[in-house]
Amino acid sequence: MAVAIENLTVTDALEKLNAGIFTSVELTQAVIDAIREKDPDLCAYLSVDTDQALARAAEADQERASGGQGRLLGVPLAVKDVLNVKGQPCTCASRLLRGYTSPYDATAIARLRAEGAVFLGRTNMDEFAMGSTTENSAFKQTRNPAALDYVPGGSSGGSAAAVAGGEALAALGTDTGGSIRQPASFCGCVGLKPTYGRISRYGLTAFASSLDQIGSMTRSVRDAALLLEVMSGHDRMDSTSVDVSVPAYSEKLRDDLQGVRLGLPKEYFIEGMDPAVEQAVRAAVARCRDLGAEVVDVSLPHTDYAIATYYIIATAEASANLARFDGVRYGTRAEGATDPIDMYGKTRAAGFGDEVKRRIILGTYVLSSGYYDAYYLSAQKMRTLIRADFEKAFEECDALLTPVAPTPAYRIGEKATDPLQMYLGDVFTVTANLAGICGISVPCGATSDGLPVGLQILGPAFGEESILGVGHAFEQSLHGDD
Amino acid sequence: MSTQQNGPDGIDVGYVAHLARMVLTEEETSRFQSQLEDVVGYVKKINEVDLGDIEPTAHAVRIQNVFRDDAVCEGLDHDTVMANAPQVIQEQFQVPKIVE
Repeated sequence: MAVAIENLTVTDALEKLNAGIFTSVELTQAVIDAIREKDPDLCAYLSVDTDQALARAAEADQERASGGQGRLLGVPLAVKDVLNVKGQPCTCASRLLRGYTSPYDATAIARLRAEGAVFLGRTNMDEFAMGSTTENSAFKQTRNPAALDYVPGGSSGGSAAAVAGGEALAALGTDTGGSIRQPASFCGCVGLKPTYGRISRYGLTAFASSLDQIGSMTRSVRDAALLLEVMSGHDRMDSTSVDVSVPAYSEKLRDDLQGVRLGLPKEYFIEGMDPAVEQAVRAAVARCRDLGAEVVDVSLPHTDYAIATYYIIATAEASANLARFDGVRYGTRAEGATDPIDMYGKTRAAGFGDEVKRRIILGTYVLSSGYYDAYYLSAQKMRTLIRADFEKAFEECDALLTPVAPTPAYRIGEKATDPLQMYLGDVFTVTANLAGICGISVPCGATSDGLPVGLQILGPAFGEESILGVGHAFEQSLHGDD
Repeated sequence: MSTQQNGPDGIDVGYVAHLARMVLTEEETSRFQSQLEDVVGYVKKINEVDLGDIEPTAHAVRIQNVFRDDAVCEGLDHDTVMANAPQVIQEQFQVPKIVE
């Protein structure tokens, strides 16, 4: 049968697979057909592994017929091109890694695979996850499904566009400074950035190791909870993954907000914010109040320093992490080098795009002799204050409600030549990464032009149950209005 | 390659690019110089706050010295590892001559 996937969630798909309404092969084929039809416009995918996906779907159908119980048995997923899936490309949207094939599965992928997930394709992104628009991909420009002349956000722009645009039921992304939440907000899907240490980073190509976290882009909060409970937990391959028990998140979702205290940080409702964004977020806050939540004002006084802190720490870590791309063990090596230093210089010059080069230079500078104290050490100290702001705020409330970004999606090319202006758009998302806490973006409205707007819900470290609960109650109340 | 050093208040993109082992064109050097001067000028604002006695945070999770047993476990096989290498000779990574 022809499977309608336009609005299908993972949870719905599992019910229908279990009820025999369609098979995994039919479902996977429907996603492949949708990609063929829509991706020439959206450009969400970098590669699609049709043969491997259909073969795996057929295996899943056989497993189900013989009583297989995998929590994601036969569900096709899209994966940001920065996470290793054995046998598939992992280019990080960089010329330097064109032709690279992953020799192993990332731990998050292995856990999804063990529950029967099917890995269908690789989604576009800003090169090495550096960017807020997916304009920094070396290969193509992903478009926003709500308006094709607009950016999808970034860096997980391909995953967000695929999920919101009907080309995937769910996708994985990564979030170093907002790279899941902001594209989810721009495209109109749910984007979850878990607490630092909740999901192992083994097999994620590192950008900034103290900030990176794997998460999901989905069509419902329930699906985000389901994927989180499969991927979470300690992994000996990543010693920063924390050994904290993993609740059954998808069974603990709420339908009302009685007894919940939600904080509104005054520094996140600033002058210069797009009026349509502010209106949508304020309406969402009112709705949460109607659902029973108590709303209190809180303050995060060091918010104004977050962008500066983030761009020092993230680029410093990036300059060290990206030193591995030297053209020796993998990647595309530049030709005609006379000695190793020359080979590194030419390989990196030819392989990296502008934004990656800028960030490596800035990161090298802030770590260099004579500048370390003024930039990197000061930023680490400021990070302590930003963390403390959140710790204090969470003494007064269970979760915070904020906008995801000061603006909705903007036109492709509009900010491409001014890196600093682009960076300033990350003001509401980088703080969660600096503090190591969790956050989720849930669709909460749209501008008069139909551009989606997301509500950001921030929770304390390992407070996913709380933000998923708030997000689910909010989302269900919106559906009640349909 | 630039032989300049960063000035007391500024970034010298040509010099730093060399430290980071990237050969930039003149056009890139001048464009990045102006863009990164803006960024450096902006990020300096963190020093508006007196941060003297504050403990630095290096990491979101305060974990130190994670040890594991020194046990042999399975790794990737040789052919798999070499499969992504740009140049291979006698089953080893080939690079330009390093010593005279």
